[in-house]
Amino acid sequence: MLYRETGQFKTSYRRDQAIFPIVQDRWSVALVLVAAYGVVPALANEYWLQAVLIPFLVYALAAIGLNLLTGYTGQLSLGTGGFMAVGAYAAYKLTTTLPDLNIVIVFLFAGLMAAAVGLVFGLPSLRIKGLYLAVATLAAQFFLIWLFNRVAWFYNYNPSGTITAPPRTLLGIMVTGPEATAAVRYLMVLSFVVLFALIAKNLVRSEIGRTWMAIRDMDVAAEIIGIRPLTTKLSAFAISSFYCGVAGALMLFAYLGSVETLAFDITVSFEVLFMVIIGGLGSILGSIVGAAFITILPIFLTNAPHLVGLEMPVDLAKEMEAIIFGGFIIAFLILEPRGLARLWQISKEKLRRWPFPY
Amino acid sequence: MGFFDTWFITPFSEIVTAPIFFFEVVLGGLTTGVMYSMVALGFVLIFKASGVFNFSQGIMVLFAALTLVGQMERGVPLWVALPVTMAVMVALAYGIERLVLRPLVNQDPLTLLMATIGLTFLLEGLGEFVWGSNVKRLDLGIPDDSFEFAGMLLNQFELFAAATAAVLVVLLAVLSQKTAIGRALRAVADDHQAATAVGIPLQTIWVTVWSVAGLVALVAGIMWGSKSGVQFSLSLIALKALPVLILGGITSIPGAIIGGLIIGVGEKIGEVYWGPAFGGAIENWFAYVLAMVVLFFRPHGLFGEEIIERV
Repeated sequence: MLYRETGQFKTSYRRDQAIFPIVQDRWSVALVLVAAYGVVPALANEYWLQAVLIPFLVYALAAIGLNLLTGYTGQLSLGTGGFMAVGAYAAYKLTTTLPDLNIVIVFLFAGLMAAAVGLVFGLPSLRIKGLYLAVATLAAQFFLIWLFNRVAWFYNYNPSGTITAPPRTLLGIMVTGPEATAAVRYLMVLSFVVLFALIAKNLVRSEIGRTWMAIRDMDVAAEIIGIRPLTTKLSAFAISSFYCGVAGALMLFAYLGSVETLAFDITVSFEVLFMVIIGGLGSILGSIVGAAFITILPIFLTNAPHLVGLEMPVDLAKEMEAIIFGGFIIAFLILEPRGLARLWQISKEKLRRWPFPY
Repeated sequence: MGFFDTWFITPFSEIVTAPIFFFEVVLGGLTTGVMYSMVALGFVLIFKASGVFNFSQGIMVLFAALTLVGQMERGVPLWVALPVTMAVMVALAYGIERLVLRPLVNQDPLTLLMATIGLTFLLEGLGEFVWGSNVKRLDLGIPDDSFEFAGMLLNQFELFAAATAAVLVVLLAVLSQKTAIGRALRAVADDHQAATAVGIPLQTIWVTVWSVAGLVALVAGIMWGSKSGVQFSLSLIALKALPVLILGGITSIPGAIIGGLIIGVGEKIGEVYWGPAFGGAIENWFAYVLAMVVLFFRPHGLFGEEIIERV
């Protein structure tokens, strides 16, 4: 009774095709947005913003990107970390070369660079499929990281090999660099995530999204009904990499401030893939929820012993964390292999019938 | 001209002027390749029998080596520690089948892959929790001296590793071709449903194949452990085994061996002769690019089963 479509008549095509056709959905999304923009920055302290919320949002953006590729187009990729690195290094190079350029344009440029690189590394997908492709995308991961380590031009011949986000302003407010407050950086990342999530949501329900899904479900059949695998697969790679690139740039400018290539190594690729799978393949909401889950779980596991007053040596705690994290992932996959998005669907069904059992 | 030189002239002239050194490089590559093959073998066995791309094979190598070396550090003699480790690997296979594979049967391959990545975290934490995370030396008394043969410098340990790998492959071949259980394994690999229909117990087969993969991991762990010490970075060789695997084809045992040799040799030659043109340290990604180039021409690897798609 709390959540149902009954009685909500759609009297125009516009209404029928709205992203959130049900009034309850519109209200809850609006509430979440108000909370995210208004309540959270006012209540959350520096630690929460910096250690939990900003990384969550950055990873959510990367997870949406990977979900477009893996969840919607069915191309398994393990190169996410590499594409994020392209974004970070491109943004850094551009903004240090042209300091006056608007930072938003810098981020978009970073996304475009990542998209171009993604196109190149997406080429094998026309010939290679499934797990073979996954391993082939590892080539992107290792090659790109090696490149950024090896060629000093990328980090401006800095002897330490790290890149540091320079201070930049947007609308007169400091948004990056050490002087920018966590709240401002949070709001900037949040705006990017909201905007790009909206774009992604629209992409997947438009023609391009439908061709992606056709390719995912069976590429031979899709080809026969007139979908070009070349443009479809490559567009998925490019757009997915664009998202990852922007996420990488935000990782540098809004989250870490100063990074080495280590911040984008293979574990990042796996983490983002975890988010997509735990969240739910082929679901934008799932990517966001999955990112929240995977970012917060380790933090929770690290702090949980302190909460119950248990003191452990650091390395023991780390080992226990790995054991519990691994166990949790397996348990989760067994209990709900289709991810958190599926849980949300089930609970929507339940809400529809509430308070009756069926 | 300098570009052309470093790419197309210098490497070849170096090869021609010092052929003995070239053979040494090739031999070194072959022996490293053998070690990669041993890790890749475990992947292939499991993938063939259960369709699971077992990402935790690398950590199984580490886990096996840790279990062995951890016992030896506590003064357990080798002839006790080795069977105990084997028993642990079999128990591990049983546990994995029971707790991970059985509930996940019939799931998407991607879900299974993710489950094995979760398993990787779990085993890594468990191994370090039980045996400690410091670097351990594994010394089984395998001779590690170099000697000269026909003007080339050879290493006894590497020859020993190659011989072990050869024995292992022969054993696996006998197991799969000549025994009843091998026949059952091949039947399951061909078609799960048909195999179940003729009365082959799927669960037993899975436990068997994961145990065999665990034992292969133990052998690989002993080899890598004696070579570079038992430490966390051992699990990273799994990442090196991946290009080997796709180069040879995920479903082919000979493919894993030959893929390993090709990657080993290619990587060494690339690093020694073309490394300077790139500025060094190319072995991190060279194997992947090599594998990718091969895949362009043969999308299922050199010996992989061709998947015929029908609408």
